[in-house]
Amino acid sequence: MALLSKKDANLILDPLADNNPITIQVLGICSALAITAELKASVVMAISVLFVMGVGNVVISLMRNVIPSKIRIIVQLIVVATLVIVVDQVLKAFAYELSKTLSVFVGLIITNCIIMGRFEAFALGNGIWRSFLDGIGNALGYGVILIIVGFFRELLGSGTLFGIPVLGDPITKTGLYSIGYENNGFMIIPPAALIVVGIIIWVQRSRNRALIEEA
Amino acid sequence: MALQLKRRLHILREKYRGKKMAPAFNALHTFLYTPNDTTHGRGTHVKAVDDLKRTMNTVIMALVPCLLFGMFNTGYQHYSAINGFPENFSVFEHFLTWDNFWLGAVTVLPLVIISYGVGLAIEFLFAVIKGHEVEEGYLVTGMLVPLIIPVDTPLWMLVIAVAFGVVIGKEVFGGTGMNILNPALTIRAFLFFAYPTWMSGDKVWVHGAVERSNEIAAGANVDAISGETVLGYLAAGNTEGIAAKYDLADMFFGFIPGSIGETSTFLILLGGLFLIFTKIASWRIMVSAVIGSLVMGLIFNGAVAWEWIPEYSKFYGLMSFEFWQHLLVGGLAFGIVYMATDPVTGSQTNRGKWIYGFLIGFISVMIRVFNPGYPEGVFLAILLMNVFAPTIDHYVVRGNVRRRMKRAQNATIHPKLTEESEALKVETV
Repeated sequence: MALLSKKDANLILDPLADNNPITIQVLGICSALAITAELKASVVMAISVLFVMGVGNVVISLMRNVIPSKIRIIVQLIVVATLVIVVDQVLKAFAYELSKTLSVFVGLIITNCIIMGRFEAFALGNGIWRSFLDGIGNALGYGVILIIVGFFRELLGSGTLFGIPVLGDPITKTGLYSIGYENNGFMIIPPAALIVVGIIIWVQRSRNRALIEEA
Repeated sequence: MALQLKRRLHILREKYRGKKMAPAFNALHTFLYTPNDTTHGRGTHVKAVDDLKRTMNTVIMALVPCLLFGMFNTGYQHYSAINGFPENFSVFEHFLTWDNFWLGAVTVLPLVIISYGVGLAIEFLFAVIKGHEVEEGYLVTGMLVPLIIPVDTPLWMLVIAVAFGVVIGKEVFGGTGMNILNPALTIRAFLFFAYPTWMSGDKVWVHGAVERSNEIAAGANVDAISGETVLGYLAAGNTEGIAAKYDLADMFFGFIPGSIGETSTFLILLGGLFLIFTKIASWRIMVSAVIGSLVMGLIFNGAVAWEWIPEYSKFYGLMSFEFWQHLLVGGLAFGIVYMATDPVTGSQTNRGKWIYGFLIGFISVMIRVFNPGYPEGVFLAILLMNVFAPTIDHYVVRGNVRRRMKRAQNATIHPKLTEESEALKVETV
């Protein structure tokens, strides 16, 4: 017996490809632009969102029958806010430097459209297990893009990956730098993330033409 | 021989008609020879028989003097930086020399070749993949790019920048005629933000300066050479007159350091007149951009004259710079004549052109003065206005519609002429 039924598996696999929250639904762009200059920050952000979405979707799903629909947005906000504070405190305690890099963007997970979107669209109407899978799936879809963007931006912009120099040392001119290569300062600034995300969208849609919206 | 080649290409073109590689052969054919089938001037709807190729070639003709001057100037700046500037400067003795030209040619031509090679290769690639014809739009872009960058830009950087500019600036929007941003300026902006050390400072404008400073750092015994642009000199907070360094004639005729093709305001002016005369470029944009920059320059001069700006202010140097001299230095004149007038990315309506051009001049001078990090604001101003051009056009068209609606509503419909009034008319006549 498979671990997940086909329907359940799609909850995780869909957001990774043809229903990706960033490249298809174009949600959660702000954080994708802001924190992807370094791979490490991207990974931590991805894990934070994974935690918040997984747990948040379960909590909302548990409460879905007792939340009065008029105040549901406020209830959702409180749930996310609580989880985000937990993430923020954990980061401050165990990875202080990194929490400074991510600065306000951890707090801004609260307003990440993907999370509110999944609460509204999925967790309010589905059971705990399926909500959990949906949360994990969407967070992974978001994380994958973050990590791809972070990989290219850090590699081309700083010549490092996770802070480890991989192309040589720009100051003592070793590796690629000895033949005149230079880091691309453009990749460090946020507009570059927009362009990298744009290229991912372009590649994805030219591979699967069904995704192209009608103009 | 030439005819044979043409015939052979023609046969190839026929052979590949309708196949995947057809656009590539078509493009090569029309690029090298006059196309067999062009628009004829017979139809009543055909206003001009200039095809895109003719338009582009005219712009290139206007650019060639700048390119040649840039080659001479590259050599002149290099040798002057090493041997000192000549005391009694004479154009024929010190400027138009074989040495200057040779050095300029070997440093500038690779940039031109790279710019065309990479750009056209990408155009061909996209034409084949997407199955459309190769347009001549890149012919001008490819010529503009080497003229607006410093002479010592490393070639590999140019390769990346051109690839980026052509793909992201043009092809993703659908190729020639569909782009929002001017591709040549996109390429320059990419270079500027990606490799700022190669695009500003006092080392990059003179050929060999960077190389020498590297050699010195490595312990070689050579003299350092450098050459600042006029704007860089002012932005660095030098308040004593620029006249000590370069006189007005130097600035006007272009014997100053700067990007390859932008230094000679004189030749740019001639090119501009040529483009206006041939009706390729819009005189409205050029005139309004000049006015815009003069207005902004006057405002700054006024601020200095009324002593709003103290002398220790970091803006003082550039603010007290005579307003009309802004047009002589940096890329402002070049940008106004060749870049702002790009028919694709600029405004289309006549009233829109005035607004668009004015704001380009206005914002260029503003960026120059207020942001010492960007001593050259022209490319940013033009890119910004490229983005706004459709909006300007939209409101101009809306305004026109509203005005005409109003006129139609307020119009008095003339009463039908009765026999009586007809008689009256006859009487009065």
